[in-house]
Amino acid sequence: MLSIIRLLSQRVALGLLSLFAVSVIIFLAVEMLPGDLAEAMLGQSATADTVAAFRAQLGLDQPPLQRFIGWMGGILQGDFGVSLANGREIGELVSTRLGNTLRLAGLAALISVPVAVLLGMLAALYRNSWFDRMLNTTALSTVSFPEFFVAYILILVFSVQLGWLPSIANITPEDSWLTVLERSMLPVITLSLVVIAQMMRMTRAALINLLSSPYIEMARLKGIKKSRIIYYHALPNALAPIITVVALNLAYLVVGVVVVEVVFVYPGLGQLLVDSVAKRDIPVVQACSLIFAVTYIALNTSADVLAIATDPRLMHPRS
Amino acid sequence: MNTKTNNDNKDVLLEIRDLRIAGHCDDEWHEIVKGIDLTLHRGEILGLIGESGAGKSTLGLAAMGYCKDGCKITGGEILFDDKDLARCSEEELRKLRGVRIAYVAQSAAASFNPSHRLIDQHVEAALQHGVSDKAKARAEAIELYRSLNMPDPEHIGERYPHQVSGGQLQRAMTAMAMACRPDIIVFDEPTTALDVTTQIEVLASIRAVVEKFGTAALYISHDLAVVAQMADRIMVLRHGKLVEEAETRKMLAAPEEAYTQSLWAVRLFSTNQKAQPETEVPLVEVRNVSAGYGAKQILEDVSFNVYKGQTVAVIGESGSGKSTTARVISGLLTPSTGSVLYNGEELPGDYRKRPREMLRKVQMIYQIPDTAINPRQTIGDIIGRPMKFYHGHKDAVVRRKVKELLALVELEPDRYIDRRPSELSGGQKQRICIARALAAEPDFIICDEVTSALDQLVAEGILKLLTRIQEKFGVSYLFITHDVATVRAIADQIVVMQQGRVVDNGSREAIFTPPHQEYTDLLLSSEPEMDPDWLDGILGRRAMASAG
Repeated sequence: MLSIIRLLSQRVALGLLSLFAVSVIIFLAVEMLPGDLAEAMLGQSATADTVAAFRAQLGLDQPPLQRFIGWMGGILQGDFGVSLANGREIGELVSTRLGNTLRLAGLAALISVPVAVLLGMLAALYRNSWFDRMLNTTALSTVSFPEFFVAYILILVFSVQLGWLPSIANITPEDSWLTVLERSMLPVITLSLVVIAQMMRMTRAALINLLSSPYIEMARLKGIKKSRIIYYHALPNALAPIITVVALNLAYLVVGVVVVEVVFVYPGLGQLLVDSVAKRDIPVVQACSLIFAVTYIALNTSADVLAIATDPRLMHPRS
Repeated sequence: MNTKTNNDNKDVLLEIRDLRIAGHCDDEWHEIVKGIDLTLHRGEILGLIGESGAGKSTLGLAAMGYCKDGCKITGGEILFDDKDLARCSEEELRKLRGVRIAYVAQSAAASFNPSHRLIDQHVEAALQHGVSDKAKARAEAIELYRSLNMPDPEHIGERYPHQVSGGQLQRAMTAMAMACRPDIIVFDEPTTALDVTTQIEVLASIRAVVEKFGTAALYISHDLAVVAQMADRIMVLRHGKLVEEAETRKMLAAPEEAYTQSLWAVRLFSTNQKAQPETEVPLVEVRNVSAGYGAKQILEDVSFNVYKGQTVAVIGESGSGKSTTARVISGLLTPSTGSVLYNGEELPGDYRKRPREMLRKVQMIYQIPDTAINPRQTIGDIIGRPMKFYHGHKDAVVRRKVKELLALVELEPDRYIDRRPSELSGGQKQRICIARALAAEPDFIICDEVTSALDQLVAEGILKLLTRIQEKFGVSYLFITHDVATVRAIADQIVVMQQGRVVDNGSREAIFTPPHQEYTDLLLSSEPEMDPDWLDGILGRRAMASAG
């Protein structure tokens, strides 16, 4: 058991280290953007003195290192600072948006992960059949189209022609969950279509890779049914690569929603990020980027941890 | 073992007629099994013997109506239970497999699913085929574990495959094959991957349980002595054809075909033992070496000498520290205490601290030639590399010398120099490895199980080659092996290792002449002999010894 704990703590420590590195990069990247909020807000006609005074008021005149320490210190205490654009607490601003984004991502994950793994298993079971080929072709086509294209096609079919679903997902906190579900449907389907393909293909490949193992041959020689060979003998041993690709796609669901949110006018974190970049609201941009980074690193670290945990050699040591 | 002479047709369980199986390779179909007839009677054990590529495993699997991917049955009949398995549907075959005909694979470690407990895998076939219910199947599993002499039969099934030893795993696999009380079990080299002392126990267990249930078996092996203990009748196969078939005793007493006789003769090869020099400084001296990986101690106080022009064989079972000793000598592993001396001078423990000239003098040849040579390089590059690295020869010189070496290892130089390893057979690849070791012009070569992965005839060729090279260049060998027969053939001095210690050490004559040291005796007596009564004899003697 000791080796497991050591492995896990190593992974977590590595995750934290990456997080710190990412926070530094986010800060530096924003730092390198030309212009700042003071210039943007005051417009081109502002005098240098006004801009300088405004900068001092916003704290932009301090050296970068000091600002970084102040920023990090605040975040560690749960204080993301204040939006420069409208003076609201960033924590508050971000939390509803993050909730919306997580709900969208969660719904998409709930649909896409089981569907992808199931389709992957079926494709492996009926490999090289017409069913497998059709599935692969469809999967490849859906990933090949850009998300906004898929989104507009879905809108055209389901909103414009059939009129089943609303084309705009501008939910508010007052809406009932049924309304929320109805309005989120098209963005959820769009996101699912994008991520299912990769997860399905990886599941299929991981399973097929194992089918030449001696223990699979043994199962066949024991007269075990093909479907059982796939889910009982191959799947448990293919979990590690599948978990990895699922985590990557879940991370994408949170981080990569920007385009989908914009298309459907969904009030999520991605849209907030886009708006804030346009307004040069640097603290909000930093906060959003950091939240995305945390999601990404947390999901990948948990994937590592889970992949380790599926190894029977580690879970059931020799003595 | 009773020899069954009853050839009554009622008793025929499995009959294969003119079976032909083709394999797909390089866009062509090649015939692997070329028209073999085989009859198996109820309760009979039929031994199939031959070198790799003889088609014996393919034939064994075909008895279950199974072909590996890329193979297909192209002709003939496999008659079992009034059905022709060559023409049955996949679903019909599935219903027979595991229930009426079961399989025991060579590598139990690879053939058990690492993710499930042994007993769950054991009862799976019985439950899936609806032969038994869970409680009954589990109870029967425990009974079988007991019959096969597995330790703690009540609970061992709850373990995962990686939690039990190789010998126990092989027994668990035999038990699993027995789960549905099949009519036939196909044993595909079930003890090849085991140590001799483990093998003897597994052989005894298999034979006892097969006899108990009157199960018929196809017993596939490349080791004649093993088959002689197990089989009532033996079929010798070569290149997918039957060479000779006879009852075991008859075949052992008077093999008819020249090929069969050559298989028998392999064990007769032997060098003359060279006397150990009295006064000379040893070429390599291992002095009180202890070493391990991390906190795990492998070697404890290992000492022995290797003199110039001599062959020292290190023999022991897996885990005895043979290969670790080789790693210490070559500098791949730094000993925690003790040292390695070369011509009386102490060597740095880490190879990175040894001068290049020193590295040149000690070369290694490995067990698996496939993984020891770079598949993307040509033979010329592989052998030429040490010449450039150690001697700085120019390309033209290198090419000439590579050709000389190829001729030395009996591979036609112009034919092989520009080829890649994938075009060579296992024995040829090992010859390339030998040539590469010689290219450095070493004084001392460590041979780590160099013949273990090879067929007996091919292995004998390699041993003869190594002997000739020693006579010509006066190199010393450290020959690491688990095979008693190899040691008997070529060793001048023998070091017997057990659990990281040297338990016996002496000249070949001294070690092989009784009385033996206790562990040496166990090791030597576990080596199967051609006598079909050997297993019964040795088991009886050991039972007597432990009783009295």
